[in-house]
Amino acid sequence: MKQVICKIRENKKIALNTYRMVLKGDDMKQLKPGQFVNVKLEPFFLRRPISICDVKEDELTLIYKAVGEGTKMMSELKEGKLDLLIGLGNGYDLSKSGERPLLIGGGVGVPPLYYLAKKLREQGKEVSVILGFNKKDEIFIEKEFIDLGCKVLVTTADGSYGTKGFVSDVMDEVEYSYFYTCGPLPMLKAVNNKAESEGEFSFEERMGCGFGACMGCSIKVKDGYKRVCKEGPVFERKEILWQD
Amino acid sequence: MARLSVRLGDLELENPIIPASGTFGYGYEFADLYDIDILGSLAFKTTTLNKRFGNPTPRIAETASGMLNAIGLQNPGVDKVIEEELPKLKKCFHKPIVANISGFSIEEYQEVARRLDSEEQIGLFEVNVSCPNVSGGGIHFGSDPDMARQVTEAIKKVTTKPVFIKLSPNVTDIVSIARACEDGGADGLSLINTLIGMRIDLKKRQPIIANVTGGLSGPAIFPVALRMVYQVSRAVNIPIIGIGGVSSARDVIEMMMAGASAVEVGAANFADPYICKKIIEELPEVMDELGIENIRDIIGGCK
Repeated sequence: MKQVICKIRENKKIALNTYRMVLKGDDMKQLKPGQFVNVKLEPFFLRRPISICDVKEDELTLIYKAVGEGTKMMSELKEGKLDLLIGLGNGYDLSKSGERPLLIGGGVGVPPLYYLAKKLREQGKEVSVILGFNKKDEIFIEKEFIDLGCKVLVTTADGSYGTKGFVSDVMDEVEYSYFYTCGPLPMLKAVNNKAESEGEFSFEERMGCGFGACMGCSIKVKDGYKRVCKEGPVFERKEILWQD
Repeated sequence: MARLSVRLGDLELENPIIPASGTFGYGYEFADLYDIDILGSLAFKTTTLNKRFGNPTPRIAETASGMLNAIGLQNPGVDKVIEEELPKLKKCFHKPIVANISGFSIEEYQEVARRLDSEEQIGLFEVNVSCPNVSGGGIHFGSDPDMARQVTEAIKKVTTKPVFIKLSPNVTDIVSIARACEDGGADGLSLINTLIGMRIDLKKRQPIIANVTGGLSGPAIFPVALRMVYQVSRAVNIPIIGIGGVSSARDVIEMMMAGASAVEVGAANFADPYICKKIIEELPEVMDELGIENIRDIIGGCK
């Protein structure tokens, strides 16, 4: 973990309530796919954890949804500086991917998969991606995944684009060696019920600090409690305890 | 450095800054960020006899100038703390620490203190009789003067280390509880713990925190904490560790003027993990500005 004062280079709307922010700052290169940053937004007391979407040299891209007061305020920032804690969380384990990894993202769970797909493509893996959204105007970065050379399937809950249904409905259409997923809890559960390989799930939880001090985001796994922010947010399928 | 030094009974601290229990884990994780040996001391996460998983999530909610938490005393249990956490902390922190302990019966409080008593790293006990987020424990012992005195007496019997009692603000008269602890032989007091609060998720029409209520901390509670430190310090003759919303060097000085001999910094560590370091660095500057030569001279100095 490191505190970095970044410069906002870009902050624009790319889909319904969804924004892309590009930041310039030191030490971005050390960040790993699946990790997150914790953003300080005055006058809010707690930081906002946001997963990293892409890293290029000293540039960090975040894609976030304006859902609460904090992220709405973040979406209105034009220029200036932003205080980030970077390098939080464990990130995805790329060494387990096999030759044909499948990446499954739902809504705001899509962004961290982009940097993961990029890294896996650099290693020459045959990457398939399933992106799930509620409706057409929520869709973002489909083309960016295609440009990386990924096979991309899109589902929408209302059928306004791609296959009508949920990400788990099209998993059968892909052959895969391992999977990586991020999205809302019901989606993660559906993926778990459908999946035919080992894989990794990225979890979301309300956090206090984001770096392991407050114990606010503990979840129960097979060998006790782990902190989503510190030992997670990525957990292996075999260690997760699914609860109703 | 001597101008920052303070005393808590027999214990001398290089400076009055102590990260508060529950906001600093068992300390060593912050050693990745800065040399934690610069701290006056540190208070580790409340430790109980048995391992505790704590409350269901969500455990956190934001508030204006603060936050609510309902962790529920998650901790690995006293034996694991002795075997695993303290040795890790020993590698990066070389000063006496504040051992924050809690229990669900007087015997449990005693047993935790007894097991930790022989640990050389521990400078003093801070007895949590004020956790608002567990049932049957914590605050149960800190809401009634008789109970508070009994816990104090019981712990004093099993340890030779200084015993500080951490008080709850969620009482009608904190001064009477403070006096009861002093009568029971307490060597000092820590105050305050969090204030019980609540937030509702408007869309879901249900409490944000799974435990329904949580403890409010952060700058929002600073004036309340300051008032209680002021009142209690004038009613007792034992040192006080001031806690509650401290987030700057000026807050530290204010808390000490109200009557605190040292100060714990809590929720501010979450917003800025470097805050304790910054406060220690800024203190001499602010003292110069205010014409304070030695920080210990201002303790209780509010006219």
